[in-house]
Amino acid sequence: MSDKKLRVVHYLNQFYGGIGGEDKADVPPSEREGVVGPGMALKAALGNNGEVVATVICGDSYFNENIDEASKAVIEMISKHNPDVVVAGPAFNAGRYGVACGAVAKAISDELGIPVVSGMYPENPGVDMYRKFAYVVETGNSAADMRKAIPQIAKLVVKLGRGEEMGTPAEEGYMERGVRKNVFHDERGSKRAVDMLVKKLAGEQFTTEYPMPVFDRVTPNPAVADVSKIKIALVTSGGIVPDKNPDRIESSSASKYGKYDISGVNDLTDDTFETAHGGYDPVYANLDADRVLPVDVLREMEQQGKIGELHRYYYATVGNGTSVANAAKFAKAIAAELVADGVQAVILTST
Amino acid sequence: MVKEIERAGLPVVHMCTVVPISLTVGANRIVPTVAIPHPLGNPAMSPADEKELRRKLVTKALRALETEIHEQTVFDK
Repeated sequence: MSDKKLRVVHYLNQFYGGIGGEDKADVPPSEREGVVGPGMALKAALGNNGEVVATVICGDSYFNENIDEASKAVIEMISKHNPDVVVAGPAFNAGRYGVACGAVAKAISDELGIPVVSGMYPENPGVDMYRKFAYVVETGNSAADMRKAIPQIAKLVVKLGRGEEMGTPAEEGYMERGVRKNVFHDERGSKRAVDMLVKKLAGEQFTTEYPMPVFDRVTPNPAVADVSKIKIALVTSGGIVPDKNPDRIESSSASKYGKYDISGVNDLTDDTFETAHGGYDPVYANLDADRVLPVDVLREMEQQGKIGELHRYYYATVGNGTSVANAAKFAKAIAAELVADGVQAVILTST
Repeated sequence: MVKEIERAGLPVVHMCTVVPISLTVGANRIVPTVAIPHPLGNPAMSPADEKELRRKLVTKALRALETEIHEQTVFDK
């Protein structure tokens, strides 16, 4: 096996890339020589095994709003440096960043056939969307886990770069990629199946060799016959709240939702409504919250008879690193109230 | 959230910018919007044009609610 230093290119978002926060989330891709931000720790963890030769940075909003073009530009920048392995992130529970890292991984593996290592929290939407295309190390849900995530990532980089045998997800600490691998086993299948069954009957622990995929899909409800005859409600994960955020909904990892009366409100203005969301640049929503929650046009449509009625209350939470369990819990409670209030259809807006 | 609302029996249309995420979370009726920080607006436009843009998007959402579907559908026309 060769012991040359592996060439690694690192993909980061605008925040970890040191360009700026949400106000810079719309910057297009750019590149730097050598390491930036968490690349320092990656370099240290790689030691003599590898070198971070370049870093490519792109704003999260820019990437997600232009996935195809952004992937293309990023791949061009990355391929120039002839990497042996590409590292994207880690993105922890940052949704847009996770999607960007995953899309980069997909483009790299489709077009360049180079292995990609990333790190994400299991609930990051990037995991489900792109798990096939990268070795995604399971991380905690925030950057506090960086110190643990980087050495794990570095370990996989070296293995992949050196072409060493990759173990199972459980052995190596990455998330399942849905890849099946043929192996020779000492015992034949029928015996292993019966062994498993015996263990199951005895209430003992056993590990399946073929985990069933979990599909949680809900069948679409029948269409509404005529929106001009029904009551419609607005729900948003974009954090639109009355001025001063009376319920103090958290800017990330929300633990609650709010229910707000908009009877008589024709327009959301900068001194009546704002956003509590900490995961996007709030400037535009704070100036005019109708840009996230379209009360103004729905009110007009109600007056013109185009919709039957705009429900008196709207519901809002902040979908920013909020756990799936919490979001499901909020929505269940909200839906029950809406049904009880005679609402017949919902418009849900997300940022 | 969309999924739980749909599960409760309410037809729901998801208006969002990152359609792949919406597909992953299991929304059935999806209307793509303008940009992450202003899905239903565009600060570069005049207020009148911006409102017209919003009216068009909301109209599209209402049409999506009136459309019978059998699988996840992106209303991008």
